[in-house]
Amino acid sequence: MVSSAVAVRDLRVRRGRREVLHGISFDVPRGTVLGLIGPSGCGKTTLMRSIVGVQVVGSGDVTVLGEPAGSPGLRARVGYSTQSPAVYDDLTVAENLAYFASVLGAPKNDVGRVLGEVGLEAEARQIARTLSGGQRSRASLAVALLGGPELLVLDEPTVGLDPVLRNELWDLFRGLAAGRGVTLVVSSHVMDEASRCDRLLLMREGEILADDSPGALRGRTGTEDLEGAFLRLIAEREKTGTARRT
Amino acid sequence: MTPSITAATARRILTQLRHDRRTVAMMALVPTLVMILLYYVIGDQRAFNAWTPVLLCVFPFLVMFLVTSIATLRERTSGTLERLMASPLGKLDLLLGYGLAFGLMAAVQVTLVLAVSLTWLGFELGAPVWPLVVVALGNALLGTALGLLCSAFARTEFQAVQFMPVVMLPQLLLGGIFVPRDQMAAVLEWISNALPMSYAIEAMKLAAAAGAEGDFWRDVAVVAGSAVLALLLGAATLRRRTP
Repeated sequence: MVSSAVAVRDLRVRRGRREVLHGISFDVPRGTVLGLIGPSGCGKTTLMRSIVGVQVVGSGDVTVLGEPAGSPGLRARVGYSTQSPAVYDDLTVAENLAYFASVLGAPKNDVGRVLGEVGLEAEARQIARTLSGGQRSRASLAVALLGGPELLVLDEPTVGLDPVLRNELWDLFRGLAAGRGVTLVVSSHVMDEASRCDRLLLMREGEILADDSPGALRGRTGTEDLEGAFLRLIAEREKTGTARRT
Repeated sequence: MTPSITAATARRILTQLRHDRRTVAMMALVPTLVMILLYYVIGDQRAFNAWTPVLLCVFPFLVMFLVTSIATLRERTSGTLERLMASPLGKLDLLLGYGLAFGLMAAVQVTLVLAVSLTWLGFELGAPVWPLVVVALGNALLGTALGLLCSAFARTEFQAVQFMPVVMLPQLLLGGIFVPRDQMAAVLEWISNALPMSYAIEAMKLAAAAGAEGDFWRDVAVVAGSAVLALLLGAATLRRRTP
């Protein structure tokens, strides 16, 4: 299919009295990995919640897999993992997965598959409360992988993980996109993860600073690494902002 | 609503309880222990016979209200509710899942209290047992439904626990336990008429005295209707989208 997996048009969202997304637009082609990069508080989580359809939006359109975000038909096709791990603390990892698998109508052997994918086979029978922070967030990620969703929205899935595990998870994300044509929207504030994405959305204060491939961003800003590119873009934005005002 | 998801939800909640043996033991045993205590405190078989139906009403309601409001509040704060609201699970799947799981716990609780009261404590029943069980379970369902509803208005577990006296004490004071309802000031009697617990207590007293006779079924219908109403209001507080 040619159509984008996610199409966002002029999305505005208010949380409380503050407008946190100021009319942003972008597309995510199917089978690609989009990285949402930006400091905390820049609106990444709100944007991801809008894509999943759990956020009350002010105005604008969010279309996911050809349907308005949050449509009942999308609920089993979109996998979502929140920033803080959302699992039942008083259940084992396997019990958590078995429950969400039946809610999603996923086959029973899916539990074993996702446990393998996130590397938690050894902890399957452990109560979630007793897991380490990184293990808990992997358990939460495993829930999002159940049922083979076509779109995965993952909010900071690699926080608190050591570099080896982080690398393995990114191999998994790339594999899902390349092998099964899954579209991924992954947020991070670790710049070195950004280079593993097909495209990057650099966000700051509810706006998109840049929407490009990692290579093109480095080329355009003439910087070696993405951290430098980010700083350069902010500096440029502020310069033009000042120029406009005077 | 999907029956398989409702069943999976009830099973999940029971599994959570299975991992928490202390809570299960307290839910099952505390009412029985209080009943035994009451028996020795009163020391008079006739007075005990009058109090037993009241306690059979209060316990299932109290325990189910507390457990459900805390459990659903946890579900809201831990992010699992948001996850479920983004999934194919229907709101009623969640509410009925809780109702089924805690209803089963209530049945265990009531069975134990009744068994001990009828044998060891010599509670005299002039009628069959099943009408008492019907009222107790209806009241447990009411507690579950009101607990779900109240948890929507609590941000913390401290607040959730405070809803217990708010919901419980006026219903007990106005329920005709301490002062017969027809001897109250007119305004209080009207309020009493509007509170579901008044009907539960009346039904339980009728059941203990004469079985499913007189106004019994009307009272049971009011209790069940209130539970359904509270469940529907509770469903309205579960939002797919949040600000």
